[in-house]
Amino acid sequence: MTQLQDIVQEVRSKNAGPFWVTLEIFCTDDETFNRIKASPNLTKEKIAELYQVNSESMKRFDLETIRVIKYSFPRKNPSGHKYENDMHFGQQYVRLAEVVV
Amino acid sequence: MKTCKVLMPIGGLGAGINAEAFAIGMEMKPDIIAIDAGSTDSGPAYLANGMGKVSRGMVKSDLAISVKGAMTAGIPLFVGSCGTCGTDVMVDYCADLVIEIFKENGFSGRIAKVYSQQKPEVLEKKWDEGKIHALEGAPEITRQTFSECNNIVAVIGAEPFIEAYKNGANIVLTGRATDTAIIAALPVYLGCNVAAAWHGAKTVECGAQCADKADGMGVFLTVDEKGFAVRPLLPDAHCTPFTTAAHLLYENADPMRLVEPSGTIVADEAVYTQIDEYTTYVAGTKFEHAKQYTNKLEGASITGYQNISLVGVANRDVLADPERWVRNFSAHADKQLKKAGFSPDEYSYNFKLYGYNAVIEGPVPEGTPPPREIGVLLTVTAKTQETATQVAKVFNPLLLHFPPHFNMDLPSYAFPFSPVDCPRGATYEFKLFHVVDVDDPLELVRFEYLDIK
Repeated sequence: MTQLQDIVQEVRSKNAGPFWVTLEIFCTDDETFNRIKASPNLTKEKIAELYQVNSESMKRFDLETIRVIKYSFPRKNPSGHKYENDMHFGQQYVRLAEVVV
Repeated sequence: MKTCKVLMPIGGLGAGINAEAFAIGMEMKPDIIAIDAGSTDSGPAYLANGMGKVSRGMVKSDLAISVKGAMTAGIPLFVGSCGTCGTDVMVDYCADLVIEIFKENGFSGRIAKVYSQQKPEVLEKKWDEGKIHALEGAPEITRQTFSECNNIVAVIGAEPFIEAYKNGANIVLTGRATDTAIIAALPVYLGCNVAAAWHGAKTVECGAQCADKADGMGVFLTVDEKGFAVRPLLPDAHCTPFTTAAHLLYENADPMRLVEPSGTIVADEAVYTQIDEYTTYVAGTKFEHAKQYTNKLEGASITGYQNISLVGVANRDVLADPERWVRNFSAHADKQLKKAGFSPDEYSYNFKLYGYNAVIEGPVPEGTPPPREIGVLLTVTAKTQETATQVAKVFNPLLLHFPPHFNMDLPSYAFPFSPVDCPRGATYEFKLFHVVDVDDPLELVRFEYLDIK
């Protein structure tokens, strides 16, 4: 069972302003990039499910020249709401990094 | 050929400018020093309270280096989004520090204070005129939201910086600004390529994060009539086509279309070329001028008061199923709260089990061994601090003794503090993710000039 984190250079997550968050997968070579790009477990719908958000507002960008796949979506609550668990969303990449590909 | 050289000595004011890197930057003869002092990343409290995140001493230290550099070289210094949130009071706070620095060094010159905080009445009028629009992902608002916010700021573009510069300011200190406007303003004014100015600004707005060694030590941006060149200040770092292009992703929802008050940066056809060991040159960016100039609005308000308690648990039976313990605990606490006279609509509470699933919420993956210990953080929220604290006090004895099952002696868990609960003060929320149409880029902006002799 290969996890995403076993085959890519980096998986990272970050807030993008108070209302959006973003996830990025950096691949070292074209082969991995194409494999990730086609993975059925990394579709917009699957990522929306993983982060429990509406798939309609999930955006995905496949950036071939720098071999990056990026997802952006509105966060469930604005950053710093009363029971915030990760203001900067900086640790939430782990969930994505553990996806089996 | 028109060019403009921008020294960006640090990703954020107060992070601690490296004097050696700064000196290298000054040797490259910049036309301006630009620094971003703001961020909403650390949550709504800063804006709601009108306070800064960074220690005063660190802000003054970075300002001192930058003001001395600018005044000695005879070039302007632009500081945007003063004091993290960019409220009027934080512009004044930064201005007071600059005045101190002027006096300590015997400088004379003009300081511009550029305010962009908004009164609710102004925005209510805009609301009535249909000139306030929600961005995708914005919360629902009503006309009342503006007066419910503790503070609201308009995020300014490049034009107010230019206005202050044209009026002879040596140091321009502004309220909330887009990170890019602070950097793009002068290159745009001097007639450089507009798309390159904005794209270059976006690239360097976090300092050396666009280099291969993100030590935060600043970057040097040169914008000309065709494109822009970017390089880090310290010789152990490099801006490569990859690091330069990759930075456009950082903290941006859409990496190829970046919206500014005056238009949109379109970067999907940009070409990145390494021109020397340290420097990447970028050309081919486009800028779509907006038909309607807009300022983004940021607003935050108090939504309640909190009390927090932290207790450590190493008991094996609790750790075998920590969530079951929390469920039983909560059911018992709810009964106790009723006895103490609280109705459920007066309070809410939340448990975070650090070491278990506080950071990555939800069920832990199957087969995960129990942790050796966890930190249990209880947060209580109520309309007043007194209610939150009194509710927390009902929890206190349970946090100390609540057992994993009842056929055992009562355990005592590990408290680090006395008193065991801590009134945390207010909790806040961002309320606005909207833009406002303006007739003029300076419509929502106010200027004050201080001439120091």
